[in-house]
Amino acid sequence: MADVLEKISAVQRISGLLDNNLSKIEEGLPAWVNQIRQPALKAFQRMGIPGFRTENYKYTDLTRLFGNENFRRAYVPDDFEVDLSEVFSCDVPEFDTHLILVVNGWYDEKSNRNTTYPDGVVVKSFRRAMIENSDLVMNYYAKLAPVNEDPLTALNTMFSQDGVFIHIPDHVHISKPLQIINILRSEDDLYVTQRNLIIAGKNSQVKLMICDHTLMPQQFINNNLTEIQLGQDAVADIYSIQNQHNKTASLSGIYVHQEQGSQLVTNAITLHGGIIRNNLKVLLDGEYASAKICGLALSDKNQHVDNYTNIEHIKPNCESNQLYKNILDDNSTGGFTGRIHVLPYAVKTAAYQRNNNVLLTNAARMNTKPQLVIDNDDVKCSHGATVGRINDEALFYLQARGINEKEARLMLMFAFAHEVLAEVKIEKLRDVIDKLVNKRLRGEVSKCHSCAMDCIR
Amino acid sequence: MSVLFVTGINSSYFEIIMEDQNKLLNEVTQRDYRFGFVSDIETDTIVKGLNEEVIRIISAKKDEPEFMLEFRLKAYRRWLTMKMPEWAQLKVPEIDYQDIIFYAAPTQQAKYESLNEVDPELLRTFEKLGIPLEEQKMLSGVAVDAVIDSVSVKTTFKETLAERGIIFCSFSEAVKHHPDLIQKYLGMAVPINDNYFAALNSAVFSDGSFVYIPKGTRCPMELSTYFRINAQNTGQFERTLIIADDDSYVSYLEGCTAPMRDENQLHAAVVEIIALNRAEVKYSTVQNWYPGDKNGKGGIFNFVTKRGICMGIASKIFWNQVETGSAITWKYPSCVLMGDNSVAEFNSVALTNNYQQADTGTKMIHIGKNTKSTIVSKGISAGHSSNSYRGLVRVAAKAENARNYSQCDSLLLGDSCGAHTFPYIEVGNSSSIIEHEATTSKIGEDQIFYCNQRGISTEDAIGMIVNGYAREVINKLPMEFAVEAQKLLQISLEGSVG
Repeated sequence: MADVLEKISAVQRISGLLDNNLSKIEEGLPAWVNQIRQPALKAFQRMGIPGFRTENYKYTDLTRLFGNENFRRAYVPDDFEVDLSEVFSCDVPEFDTHLILVVNGWYDEKSNRNTTYPDGVVVKSFRRAMIENSDLVMNYYAKLAPVNEDPLTALNTMFSQDGVFIHIPDHVHISKPLQIINILRSEDDLYVTQRNLIIAGKNSQVKLMICDHTLMPQQFINNNLTEIQLGQDAVADIYSIQNQHNKTASLSGIYVHQEQGSQLVTNAITLHGGIIRNNLKVLLDGEYASAKICGLALSDKNQHVDNYTNIEHIKPNCESNQLYKNILDDNSTGGFTGRIHVLPYAVKTAAYQRNNNVLLTNAARMNTKPQLVIDNDDVKCSHGATVGRINDEALFYLQARGINEKEARLMLMFAFAHEVLAEVKIEKLRDVIDKLVNKRLRGEVSKCHSCAMDCIR
Repeated sequence: MSVLFVTGINSSYFEIIMEDQNKLLNEVTQRDYRFGFVSDIETDTIVKGLNEEVIRIISAKKDEPEFMLEFRLKAYRRWLTMKMPEWAQLKVPEIDYQDIIFYAAPTQQAKYESLNEVDPELLRTFEKLGIPLEEQKMLSGVAVDAVIDSVSVKTTFKETLAERGIIFCSFSEAVKHHPDLIQKYLGMAVPINDNYFAALNSAVFSDGSFVYIPKGTRCPMELSTYFRINAQNTGQFERTLIIADDDSYVSYLEGCTAPMRDENQLHAAVVEIIALNRAEVKYSTVQNWYPGDKNGKGGIFNFVTKRGICMGIASKIFWNQVETGSAITWKYPSCVLMGDNSVAEFNSVALTNNYQQADTGTKMIHIGKNTKSTIVSKGISAGHSSNSYRGLVRVAAKAENARNYSQCDSLLLGDSCGAHTFPYIEVGNSSSIIEHEATTSKIGEDQIFYCNQRGISTEDAIGMIVNGYAREVINKLPMEFAVEAQKLLQISLEGSVG
């Protein structure tokens, strides 16, 4: 009963925040953006704070997180004196990216202003895009991510003010990867809302890295939502590296809409974080579209990592392939919900899913829920899930060859993790992540050698 | 079984197959329910509706001791506070519990000494069903406890069993003669507050079967109960309790049919199995309640709670089921593996056609050390039906070396049906190994083509493929059931491929 009371009050409190700060939140933004806030609020109030009674959040109870927080909200960007991009200057050879810096959910105009992009590629603050590119943005905003499906999405739409906007025009192949660095930096506990929109035009190609970092020991909740539109034959690789401290709650949503022949690769690597929930929804809404979706989470202490995927096969001849792995140590908990939904007319669908998990201690816990919802007969679909331990025979094999047990275990764990990492197509990035994962498994702080900050560049 | 779809075969050939299949599909969908007839037996029913008074009447009619009435009333009061579960992948029309007759017993309740005394009409019913009691008695050595509309009519082979101390009787008889056993074990595996339908059953159950196998006894024959819903507007709520004492073994069979009715009838049964140290219980069922007509009208709502507890060390429970009937099936035979080294298995074939809906699966709860469970689920959906597997494998933190293997395959026949898989895996022990795999596919044209090439007609080929697909499970059934199950599958599926 107390639980229920808490839930209601948290919803009321958050609704109140919207009402009380509405003028600050809405200031300067076009009416069509602000119009969606009220329906979002209604949807949020209807769905409430997701907890174990919400089927999709069965294994990630957020009622306590929201029940207890009374964090500051940054309705205007915090003013920093240091130019953060200086901090990240590093000299990894032949691995440079277009750097996009986001601080506390706000696009950092100061550090980003000097970057130029080739071939008409537009990268700007989402806020400015909503104002300056209204015609384009309104086609996708809150349409790829409808507010009535998920409470966190509704919550994001209620408070969304800024983030990153990327537009790759038709037929443009941008060879240098784009890298969004999300930094959480605050003197007090902070709640962050970030909203991104990525539009890849017809036959365009883009590689995008998203790195999440916390720079301060304060508590953070980061509600981050990205809508991605892939035009016909567009190719997008999206890699995200979550490396935050253990007091951070990262609640992220990615919604992808794919048109005919488009190809998507996503890979979510979770190294550190407190409560992590990644929602990913992919609509395969054009024939011959394909999606390769991967994730790796290494967790220890009291961490919680939950990956939720929902792949909707709407049109015929599409292919999706999911691979998620977790290694859980100490008291950490992991969750995975993978849903493949094949609609009645999506014939000749191929949809695969695999989820493998290793538990290192008895206190660690893994909950997995792979789901197939198939409404047509001309499909090839499968899913597999395993939870287990390091293979005794493999361990013995290595030990018999003079490798000590600890090292042998690490080797096997690394090999287990590497299957996911092998899907990273940027070679330099793969090497860097390989190193980070190796260090992470050894229990060392995963810092990139060549950087001052614990990020990868 | 993973069926691959291979393109590149001559397209005109495809059209022929499709045409054939559509024709066959029509034939099958227009097939009438084989067991659709109404036995003209006098039945003793009470007024429609449910309240405390009705429960008191049921209890009084059955001449039950006080503790049973208490049990029922407690369950009823609990049921009033519960809500119909909505999580299943089912569309259930609202059920009006006040429009159901909760008790219907065939009259002439005298205990028969020989078959001659049994109502001849009833015997004819059994003959139509292909279950002649006499023949079975002589030829197959199966003891049958036939339950019509929830009251046990005749139990055969009772004397043979009694010699070994085995108790196999109707539930009401057990309440009268073995109240201590009932009091001790009733509600142990399925407590009254377990779920909505278990609570309802606990409140109003009319009869069922009771089995007790004493220590160190191997039951010499398969025990079998036959359920059938006969009277109109009645709900059937039977309760089965199987107790296998230390080092015992029993194989128990249950079969069900219901005559054709336009309106939906409710069936909410509870089955409880208790296996003590080193005991082994094999529970097999073939469910063929009336599934409704080809437009989805009528049919049985089958909401069943089945659970076994491996209480002792190295106890074993096997659930084998073939589900072909009912308009709606909601059924999750489960096992709680409490004792160390205990073993559980769940083998299921679920077939849905026309507008049938099935949401079925199992739960395996690993608590003891070195426990093992295996799940094999084969779903076959045809027509406009929807067939879901829903299962849970949970490993408690102390369940060292727990092992589970789950395999859930779905076969789709026709482009308007659905096959869904919802497994839940919750693991809290690092030494356990849990594996789950699921595939969904249709019968490959290449497989049919292969058979055709060898002179096997499309219809036979489909029969062969489906039978091969379900073989793994059917092989686990006792001989008598395996034959019946195979026939059922064939009747239900001949040619219904799209």
